[in-house]
Parts: sequence; structure tokens; C-alpha cells
Amino acid sequence: MSCLQTIQDYGLRSIGIGERLLPRSDFTLCEQVTLIGSGMIWNVYFGVVALISGFFLATALAVAKASPRKGLRKPAEWFIFIFRGSPLFIQFFFGYFLFLSLKSQYPMFDAFTSAWLGALIVLYLNTAAYSAEIFYGALLSIPKGDTEAADAYGMTGWPRFKRVIWPTMLRLAWPAYTNEAIFLFHATALVFFSGFPAWQQKGDALYYASYFADKTFNPFVPYPILAGYFILLTLCVVGVFGAVNARLNRHLPQEARRKMRLRPNLIR
Amino acid sequence: MFSFCTDPDTLDQARWLACYLTTGVHLSFYMSFLKVLGLLAVTAPVALGFGFAGAMVARSHIAPLSWIGKAYIAIVRGVPDIAFFLFFVIALDQAFEYLRHKALCPDWDEPIRQGRDFVVCQAAKLPLGNAPQWVHETYGFSLAVITFSIVFGAFAANVIFGAMRAVPRAQLETAEAYGMTRRQTFWRVLVPQMWVFALPGLSNLWMVLIKATPLLFLLGVEDIVYWARELGGTKTPRFTDYPHGDWRMWYFLGLLVFYLAFTRVSEIALDRIMGRLTLGQATAGGEAQRKGAVA
Repeated sequence: MSCLQTIQDYGLRSIGIGERLLPRSDFTLCEQVTLIGSGMIWNVYFGVVALISGFFLATALAVAKASPRKGLRKPAEWFIFIFRGSPLFIQFFFGYFLFLSLKSQYPMFDAFTSAWLGALIVLYLNTAAYSAEIFYGALLSIPKGDTEAADAYGMTGWPRFKRVIWPTMLRLAWPAYTNEAIFLFHATALVFFSGFPAWQQKGDALYYASYFADKTFNPFVPYPILAGYFILLTLCVVGVFGAVNARLNRHLPQEARRKMRLRPNLIR
Repeated sequence: MFSFCTDPDTLDQARWLACYLTTGVHLSFYMSFLKVLGLLAVTAPVALGFGFAGAMVARSHIAPLSWIGKAYIAIVRGVPDIAFFLFFVIALDQAFEYLRHKALCPDWDEPIRQGRDFVVCQAAKLPLGNAPQWVHETYGFSLAVITFSIVFGAFAANVIFGAMRAVPRAQLETAEAYGMTRRQTFWRVLVPQMWVFALPGLSNLWMVLIKATPLLFLLGVEDIVYWARELGGTKTPRFTDYPHGDWRMWYFLGLLVFYLAFTRVSEIALDRIMGRLTLGQATAGGEAQRKGAVA
């Protein structure tokens, strides 16, 4: 079987298009690369959707945590503490079993027990909490002059937030937020190892990599392939976020632009 | 456990729960918490050692060595940690068996990889086929410790590498001016001053290490996640005196609370340590403390 044929059969296997049965013996390098790459679709899906939706919740949480009103501040503080203080792995398990017991009482929770929705919600809440902490830190370090200038122009409320505080907050938070995005993508690899079942063997990249490692008892081929894919994905994330960073800082003189210092040294 | 536990069917709720939570399997569940703490206690210093060695290699003046160090840091940080855990457990096991095979059975002529099997001679098996159960468990646990140490060593190496560069250059120049050799400068000036710069990163790492401990489950160790899944599942009266429905959600809620409490305690402890270490240091933290004491 040629490699092109393999790509046609297994390229979209992880979302249920193509050959039904996974290869069972005589694994070729092409099959491994194709299937693991096919699994990356899920990693990208979880990462992108959770990141975009989490961004809005994170902004709201950060503003709430910086609010002088206790009724807003306390819930935000607790939310952030709970999701940052416990392992994502346990959150996945808890979320899955929570949805499972809800499902037994209300059938409408049926979709929540499958990974595409249930795991996405856990990831969404988790990344919102981590990003909110980053945004909160940035809110606190907004230069006083910026807000005073807004006050002097008579800006209040929403326009003041939208035109002065929010852009500055993003600008300050962006390097740390890039790290968070990278680690969110890494965290998506946990999904199918934490309770959420891979229905009809539609799994993510790590699911297929461990499938091959189990079948061949040789970890030295599938895991380096997986590593290669993740390094590529990381480079893409860095590229996209770097472009956004350049746009956020476009009003600054070239020399003064903050260099993106990427120090991805956090895992959950 | 308690004397009234002989017939669980007749008990009221509170007593039933007291009996339920002290059954033999639950005691194993509580022991597995000790396993997690043990893993942390062993891994933290070993990973710190790996990190120190990694940082030393990465800033070596011999180019190939420094490349190796930097590659170690970069690769481990660029790939999801869980992939490393899954990889190293098999890879380390095979590496050990391969080395023992080469040493113990030199006259073996079959290839080690036969299709999908990994075949070594009987004497090279790890642990030996006839070893008692505790040897198997200890072996699995040590593999987990080594894996954790390799992964977290890379993170620690990154932190220590950065801290070594944060030590003011003037300090090192002074040491050189006194005629200290490179080695003396490193051990007598750089290393003692580096810790205060490394501590914020290392305490961050400690938090991350705590939160990585449930991944032990993936390494095949019977840890708290394993027991929570086992004990929480639906139990029918046929197999146990304490039948109940699907309680896994509550067990994992318990684990969640355990980790939250642990994180909080660590935060408080690390804040104290940081306060101690910054006392009298020429850093922003030390300066703030000095001003606070005066005011």
C-alpha cells in the first residue's frame, strides 16, 4: 500500500472519515505519521476553541478580581484558586464523573460525557482561570499615567475600559499569555487519558501514539513523531501570538517594543 | 475496624459511613496518599540534582557539552509532559533490560527486537520473573521517580540556568580580580548567590510538581487516582458488604480538595522561606523588607 493511499485512508481517521479499522500489524512509518497527525486535529480543536472562548471569561474574571466590590472579587478569587490550585488531570476526572452522574438524572447531559464537549468545558474553565491570573497581574501593572490621561479626557466606564485599560492590559499580559497558550495545547494531550472515552478509537495524537507504542512495544518511533508534531504546533502558536504582539505594540517606536521573552516553564 | 461493623446492613447512616471509610481497601487508599507524598519527597531533591547538573552542562565552555545541556532543556520543555511519562516508562525499562542482557548473556545470538516483541534472556528480566510482589512495585515506583526527575530536572535546569545568569556580573569580576580560578569562582561566589534568584522559579516548579503527581496513574503505579476509580465504582451487594452507586465523582472531589489544601499549605510555607532568604539581600524584595522594618 502506498503512502498516498495511507494518507487517504487515515488522514481524517480521528474524526471518523476513512478506514474504520486501525492498522493491526506491520506498521509502516507512514501509517504512524499519518494517524498521529490525524489525531492532532483534536489537539488543535481543543486548544483553539478553549483558548478563544476562555479569553472572554478570563477578561471578565480578571476585571472581577481587581474590582473593589467584595461580591465580585471573592467569587473570582475562588474560581481562580480552585482551577489553578488543583491538577488538570483530576479536574478532567471530576468533570467526567460529574457529567456522568448528571446524565443519569437528566438525559440532556448526554453530550457532556463525550470528549468533544465535556473535556472542552473543563479546558475552557481551566485556561480561563490561568489566563485570568495573568490578566489580573497585568491590570495591576497598568501605568498610572495611562488611566490618569483617560480620566483627564473625561472617559469613564465602558469607553475607558475598552480604549485604554483593556489594550494596555493585553499588551502587558501578552508574553505570559503566549506561554499559557502553549501549555494549553500541551494539556490537550491529557484528554483521552483521563476518563473521557475515545469513541470508535477516534482519539488525539497521544492516543494514537500510545496505541502504536502498545502494539509494537517500541516507544522510540511513535513518541518522537508526536514530539515533532507538538514542536511544530508550538512554533505555529509562537508565530501567531508574535504577530498579534507586534500589532498590539505597533504604536511604540521599534526600539522600545517589548521583546517577546518566551519562558514556557509551567505545566499543570 | 469498629466493633459495631459486623453487620453493615443494620447500621444507621453515620455509623455505616464510619465503617465504610475504614474498610481494608480504604486503608490502602489512604496509604496511596503516602505514596504520593513519598514520590514528592524523593523526586524533588533528585530533580534538583538533575537540574543543577543540566544547568552546569548547559553553561559549559565545551561546545558539544553545552549543546547537549541546552537540547535537554529545550526538548523536554517543548513537548507535553504526559508524552514523556508514557515514553520513559517503556524506554527506561527496555534500556535497563537491554544493558543487563548485554552484560549477563553475552552468548545470546537472537535479535532482541523480534517483530513486535522485545526479547531478552531470562536472567536479564527486570524485575526477575520469580521476584516477590514488593520488588515489582518498588521497581515500578523507581521508574516513576526517574521519569519525574528527568522531566522536572529539565525545568529545574532552566530555572537554575537563568538564576546563574542573574547573579550580578560585578560579583564574578571581583572574584576573578582576586585571582580565583574559574572553578573557585563558580563554587564560592556564583552558586551561593544564585539561590535567591532561583527560588521563585523553583517554588513555582514545586507547585507544578505537586500538580503532576496524579500522572503516576499513567505510569502504572497504584496511586490515589487508581484507588479513587476502583473504590468509587458501583458496588453490588454480591461482592461487598457496603453496596453503593457510582460515587467516583465524590472520590475525585475529595482528591480535588486534597490537592487544593496541599497547594495552599505549600504556598504559605514557600512564602515564609522566601521571606527568610531575601532578608538582607540586595534585591527588590530585600529592600522592601528593610523599609517595612523601619516604618
